[in-house]
Amino acid sequence: MMITAAEWEALRLSLYVALRSVALGLPLAIAAAWTLSRSRFLGRALLDALVHLPLVLPPVVVGYLLLLLFGTRGPLGAWLDQAFGIRLAFTSAGAALATAVMAFPLMVRAIRLSLESIDPGLEDAARMLGAGPLDRFCTITLPLMAPGIVAGAITAFAAGLGEFGAVITFASNIPGETRTLPLALYTALQSPGGDALAARLAGLSFLLGLTGLVLAEWVSRALRRRVGR
Amino acid sequence: MLEVNVSLRRGEFELEAEFAASTPGVTALFGRSGSGKTTVINLIAGLLEPDRGRIAVDGTVLHDSDRGASIPPQRRRIGYVFQDALLFPHLDVESNLRYGQRRATPRGSRDELLEAAALLGLTDLLARRPHQLSGGERQRVSLGRALLSRPRLLLLDEPLSSLDAARRDELLPWFEALRDRQAIPIVYVSHEFEEVVRLASHVVLLEHGRVAAQGNVCDLALVPQLRAVLAPDLVGAVVDGRTESVDPSTRLARIRIGHSLVTASGTDLRVGQAVRMQLLARDLILATIRPTGLSVRNEIEGTIRAVIDDGPDAVLVEVDVGGPVLLARVTRPAAADLSLEPGRRVWVLVKALSLRGHVYARS
Repeated sequence: MMITAAEWEALRLSLYVALRSVALGLPLAIAAAWTLSRSRFLGRALLDALVHLPLVLPPVVVGYLLLLLFGTRGPLGAWLDQAFGIRLAFTSAGAALATAVMAFPLMVRAIRLSLESIDPGLEDAARMLGAGPLDRFCTITLPLMAPGIVAGAITAFAAGLGEFGAVITFASNIPGETRTLPLALYTALQSPGGDALAARLAGLSFLLGLTGLVLAEWVSRALRRRVGR
Repeated sequence: MLEVNVSLRRGEFELEAEFAASTPGVTALFGRSGSGKTTVINLIAGLLEPDRGRIAVDGTVLHDSDRGASIPPQRRRIGYVFQDALLFPHLDVESNLRYGQRRATPRGSRDELLEAAALLGLTDLLARRPHQLSGGERQRVSLGRALLSRPRLLLLDEPLSSLDAARRDELLPWFEALRDRQAIPIVYVSHEFEEVVRLASHVVLLEHGRVAAQGNVCDLALVPQLRAVLAPDLVGAVVDGRTESVDPSTRLARIRIGHSLVTASGTDLRVGQAVRMQLLARDLILATIRPTGLSVRNEIEGTIRAVIDDGPDAVLVEVDVGGPVLLARVTRPAAADLSLEPGRRVWVLVKALSLRGHVYARS
């Protein structure tokens, strides 16, 4: 099966957007997972709900909210444009942002799960051996939650390849800029005689998603074995 | 000197503990579970902060709430061996040992690490992961890891309690060697009196978050607060003595206790060695005349110091045997028939074989 230039472009763009979304979301997801599982503060329940909101909201709503915040006239969007010259609405960077927000709860959940399986006593042990907070985090906590981080990243990546609603709302459907696989599929379905193309794109998405999930399971199992759990 | 004077309230639990112990030496925190033992060492470690109090080791103040001074745990230079070892699962044994060593000043060398590993019998295990170790091996790694961090004080929180009896017997000598070889003060938490007898120089008895009694093991073995905590069959005097001779053919040792010599069996002792032995009250027999024609090897002459109630059927008789005091449990009718009362001269009979397993070498 030959891949046409348009298909290749959609595939490349999907991979690029998903990759950027993971790179953008992962550090924040680690911080959120840490905060949610380790600290007790007022408004923790609110933060928890906020993190999980994209799971239950229609993606179009997420895209719309992003547009309100990060659109060229939105408060954050205007600031980013003026201060750094960064435009998010209708760009591939915006598509990555929308994808990151949608995949965020998946990452947080996977990381939090592995974080909560770590015996907090291990951090006390490191502490008594002279390790300060950052030292403990880097040498004990981070390596032990690596399986969850990797699993979360891969799942988020696989899910990000197929993000549709939030992307099309916030970043629109621009060929070569924001037309990722699902958007290309949607466009093919809308055009007369695009059925064959749509089927091929659907097959491609299916294959990518499956590979991602199998890979996530395999890598996280290998890592768990490495840390002896 | 280890000085602890702390109070802490957590919900229903209230802790109010004050004790001081000379250093180096092993201070045992002894008591039932829930008496506050682990809380006390977590306060010393700094993992818990007292509501009020002062903790100092050899002149270094670790915490003083009056002056608002507190050293964070990672800078207290305290080695902590946890109940369940808490080895880092993603690191091999050598990296576990190195973890504290690398963060200590001066930073130790690999030779030093190998030497400690050899001392603890870990040389062949250096490349293993914690999940490939037995419980006893894990505790040895944990002990080595703590020692290599150059602690000024070592905290051991029931390090044997997660092990079966065989592993416990295998590990106890390591702790005895540690006590005898290293000049590091040790705080040892335990609810097994045998461990306390074998290891401790000073005992702090905790009961409901308060110090019920404290002192050296021999004195403490006689106080009623300790008897209240111990199982009746474990009640008995603990005495320190010295080996005077060892019969090479029978391996029976003659041990000087006060003005008497006691024959003990089943011990691996050198002549001149300091020993500590526990004489269980249930194993002792009292006679008011010097007995003859008995197989028992020890007849220790002494004077009754006190007769103490011990349940409806028995009394405990304290016998001064020339310094040390022994504790014998006899039935009430026996005590009445022999008119056992303070001042009376008696002979304490104890089989050499019943001392087997209750005589411990000390350096």
